[in-house]
Amino acid sequence: MTFAISAEERGAILARHGDAIRGSARRRLTTIATIAAVAGLFVYGLTTLETSLWRILAGLGNLGSFVVLMLPPNPGSWARALIFVKALFETVAIAFMGTVLAATLALPLGFLAARNVVANRIVHFLARRSLDMVRGVDALIWALIWINVVGLGPFAGMLAIMTSDLGSFGKLYSEAIEAADRKPVEGVASVGGGRAHEIRFGLLPQVLPVIASQVLYFIESNTRSSTIIGIVGAGGIGLYLSETIRTLEWQQTSFLILLILVAVSAIDFLSNKLRFAIIGKRAI
Amino acid sequence: MTLAIDRNDPAVRAHAEAYRQAAATKRRQTLIGLVVFLACAWLAAIGSEVDLGRLFENIARFPNYIWQTLPTLHLASLGSDLAEWYWGLHRWLRLLWQTILIAYVGTVLGAVGAFVFCFAAAANLGRSAWLRFCVRRFLEFCRTVPEIVFALIFVIAFGLGPLPGVLAIAIHTMGALGKLFSEVVENIDLRPVDGITATGASWWQVVRFAVVPQVLSNFASYALLRFEINVRGASIMGFVGAGGIGQDLIEAIRKFYYTDVSAIMLLVILAVMLIDLGTERLRHALLSREQR
Repeated sequence: MTFAISAEERGAILARHGDAIRGSARRRLTTIATIAAVAGLFVYGLTTLETSLWRILAGLGNLGSFVVLMLPPNPGSWARALIFVKALFETVAIAFMGTVLAATLALPLGFLAARNVVANRIVHFLARRSLDMVRGVDALIWALIWINVVGLGPFAGMLAIMTSDLGSFGKLYSEAIEAADRKPVEGVASVGGGRAHEIRFGLLPQVLPVIASQVLYFIESNTRSSTIIGIVGAGGIGLYLSETIRTLEWQQTSFLILLILVAVSAIDFLSNKLRFAIIGKRAI
Repeated sequence: MTLAIDRNDPAVRAHAEAYRQAAATKRRQTLIGLVVFLACAWLAAIGSEVDLGRLFENIARFPNYIWQTLPTLHLASLGSDLAEWYWGLHRWLRLLWQTILIAYVGTVLGAVGAFVFCFAAAANLGRSAWLRFCVRRFLEFCRTVPEIVFALIFVIAFGLGPLPGVLAIAIHTMGALGKLFSEVVENIDLRPVDGITATGASWWQVVRFAVVPQVLSNFASYALLRFEINVRGASIMGFVGAGGIGQDLIEAIRKFYYTDVSAIMLLVILAVMLIDLGTERLRHALLSREQR
């Protein structure tokens, strides 16, 4: 006896269970229509965005020669390397300070935007929408605005990171406050704790680990954004990055990119370690 | 029987002592953490050249700047005031559409690339540990280098225009989505994979019939989320000459065309919000279909 089926048997099975195997006509039609729409818009985009095969090939050729020129990464001189490392320190400082300040300043905003703290619907709506507005503006644009206020330099970059994070933190806090469990608070009250005890032993232990892990996560992602903030002159390594690219100093460019990669993965590693130390091994 | 505790009971005293020690250790740890944190903050304040004096001296300029970007609108001549504010509406809308297209094409390209790489990067499907390691490092590189840095390099390689923007976004998207996709693949139900492998299917057939049907809706949902992020990203691509509305925005900011700044920003924010709403609805539809 064999397990192989004959062509006839196969046809019979297909006739009996055709719907299950092929799927209904309607589903197939929606699948085809979706794929056609996605591909159609894609092709339309390619035609309007000045892409031509010739240009892509020529560009890839250029890119290839740049990559060859980038190797090996080389800062040029020791003095230059020192400047780059200092700029990297500035970048990390911008990310750290901006995140910490935003996390602190966003606390009152978070309470203002939390539904169970401020019951007024208009205040709640306005607070939420303005936080969305602040979040919607890119850190690079905030940097351009702050440069007008405090002048060029890392201070403007730090303020820009802080401003664009205020919106995100405000939103996160308000959600954390809305989702906080009342039971520990009631438990503290039931053994005779006062209002301060309720917050210290009922609310804070719930909210603090979440906030701390979010702050760590933001420091991580802000290190990435603060590397580019220097492109508009707001401090950090971005200034040298755009400068070396514009002057075609490719070996220095690749050295800078390497520095950024090392710094970002070091901060990733550190903040992962810290996060696990703070919240234990359970994932968030 | 009373609930009062005899404080002189040795067992109770031992417990109290143990508690005191545990609390003291924790307090010491917190204190050390605080000191380290403050030291870091102090270093960071030096590094980022925090200067409160300069801030307070000039802080009035910040609300001033925002105030100046607001247009003067009078109720009596609202129509013509609006027309004056949005004098370049036609051009800006065209650029905004270009921005959205850059984000779209970049997202599609990046999602396709991520789709290709994610199966090799997933721990449960990747065929060789060596290949997995290489693919993962490559994706990490793609998402760690900021897209605007790629754009800067591509502008020189490909020339000014939207093409370098598209490619920069595509590469960054590939790195970000590749990681998310491979995490989705790592969380699949392995029983269908075993079932199809048992019929003698090749690796490709296993991926096609056992893995892809499980992960496709999650992939689409992540790609939609990324599209929304990429629209924000594409709106600043013009800062380095890589197409889109950013070109006009940075020009308006640099040349102090105040009302243009607010007009363009409002357009971008509005577009992002609309896309946010649309993709959120689509994602909920996709994810609820998966649960059924």
